[in-house]
Amino acid sequence: MIFVLYYSITNQENNFTLENFLEIKNYSRTFVRSIVFSSVSTLISFALGYPTAYAISKLGKKLQKIAIAGVMLQMWISFLLITYSLMTIMESNGIINKFFNIFGSDFVIINTKIAVIIGMVYGSLPYMILPIYSSLSKLDPKIIEAAQDLGAGKFKIFTKIIFPLSAPGVLSGFLMVFAPNMSAFIISKMLGGSENILIGEIIELQFLGSQYNPWSGSAIALILMFFIMLCTSAVGNIIYYKNIK
Amino acid sequence: MRFGDEIVLDDLSLDVSKGQFLTLLGASGCGKTTILRIIAGFLSPVRGKIFFENKDITDLPPHKREVNTVFQKYALFPHLNVFENVAFGLRVARKPKKEIEKRVNDMLKLVGLSRMAQRSVDNLSGGQQQRVAVARALANYPKLILLDEPFAALDLRLKKDMQFELKKIQAKTGITFISVTHDQEEALSMSDTVVVLDKGKIQQIGSPKDIYNEPKNAFVADFIGESNIIDGIMLEDYLVKFVGKKFKCLDKGFEKGEKIDAVIRPEDIKLVSPDAGHISGIVTSSTFRGVNNEIIIDVNGFKWMIQTIEYKNVGDIIGLEILPEDIHIMKKSEYSSEIGDYSSFSDEFFNEKEK
Repeated sequence: MIFVLYYSITNQENNFTLENFLEIKNYSRTFVRSIVFSSVSTLISFALGYPTAYAISKLGKKLQKIAIAGVMLQMWISFLLITYSLMTIMESNGIINKFFNIFGSDFVIINTKIAVIIGMVYGSLPYMILPIYSSLSKLDPKIIEAAQDLGAGKFKIFTKIIFPLSAPGVLSGFLMVFAPNMSAFIISKMLGGSENILIGEIIELQFLGSQYNPWSGSAIALILMFFIMLCTSAVGNIIYYKNIK
Repeated sequence: MRFGDEIVLDDLSLDVSKGQFLTLLGASGCGKTTILRIIAGFLSPVRGKIFFENKDITDLPPHKREVNTVFQKYALFPHLNVFENVAFGLRVARKPKKEIEKRVNDMLKLVGLSRMAQRSVDNLSGGQQQRVAVARALANYPKLILLDEPFAALDLRLKKDMQFELKKIQAKTGITFISVTHDQEEALSMSDTVVVLDKGKIQQIGSPKDIYNEPKNAFVADFIGESNIIDGIMLEDYLVKFVGKKFKCLDKGFEKGEKIDAVIRPEDIKLVSPDAGHISGIVTSSTFRGVNNEIIIDVNGFKWMIQTIEYKNVGDIIGLEILPEDIHIMKKSEYSSEIGDYSSFSDEFFNEKEK
């Protein structure tokens, strides 16, 4: 961290400078693209994750444990491995393209925005499901009975009781998905091709790539970190105020 | 009603009339909560029907019944404040805003929480939470309110206050209340009608006075208050024989020589000098309980309990006087053999410890 900080405020000659931070404007489009990709994948993860978590919480005690173990299984596998396997599936002669070929389409999924989003959603779904599941499973069934008793039908029980009470889980799910995807670089590198470069990849290139420039790399990394911290504390505050109220 | 193979409620029929405060009283596992859940609609009976104002509601889901419940641990909505908790039912029913505001404020006033409207329910004391639960149940103007062990989570002092208040609210609103409890004192002090349950069957239905003074069988006598239950024989109308002596009593209608259970309440027995009483015995334990002393007396091996304001020492020999109006005769029942004297109450317990 100290090195990153040091590099970010010096230049090649070890003199103090803030110019590195200005470099970000060259990458502003990438930065925005990162925000969009990571937001979209977060929303899709939520759309898929919430119903899954809800369904799991409705299962019997034993089945719940099995289902959760199944969800967690993916978290134990190296993310690199997951991305590689996705790459094989999406490749020019992978399963997905072969499937499209049957219908006479020559659509190639790899190196598209869709491929990157699929990769992000696939990798982060467990991090969305688990916090939501944990807040849903803590829900006291008596509270749902009370709502029913007071005249609420299934839909109202969900919108007025179940969803608001699982909101903290949803927020932490958002955070756990958004932050890593914001800084992701393997996915975009392997599934996104050259058109869908994300900010994480830029940082990597600054350190390991041909345009070796750790000074501006450090500065971009710091800006990214600051941005994620901002999002985190914003969400944290929402949870905090909800609990106080 | 069944759970699995276990029959929880067995061929039970109960009529509740409007405006009553009815209490289902029984030990845990007797099926009282099951009855409540069937009335609320959370369970459906295997056989049988529920009628509400002459309409069959057996298949009506809970949210369509004009019945509201005060849950055992209140089950307040943690994400809503006091006002919104009470307003929940009205909001679901899409009542106009003004009406909601007025009704909720009326309800909060009724339970004395007007100033707490904007508070979070997590910051309330147990008694306040219960008031919110009551207000929430009342706000929909239901025709029937169910209370599931409403005072179980409160300490003794608060419990008494809340019992008094709830009774007042019930009288004020005229809504029918059905309450479930294992606390016999609560049942006696609050209800118009008490239903004593055991093993999924109704043991006795009656006013608190009837239940206390005229218990139908040994279970009821034992469950409601303390009682000495003695094996006896009915010699003829108004004459009973137990502990080898004949006593005059006020009961009739038994067969001559029929075996019966006689109930004598501990507070009805008068202490006299050994030779002046009907029977005499030796004090085996004496406990100071504030309002009175609880004395266990051994009469030829059978232990009696007596509550008196006099103080007696262990070993004292005393006489007992039993008046005709203090004797209540019950038919023998399946419980007669199970419920014995007060020997298990005192020294056996200590003997057990010494070993």
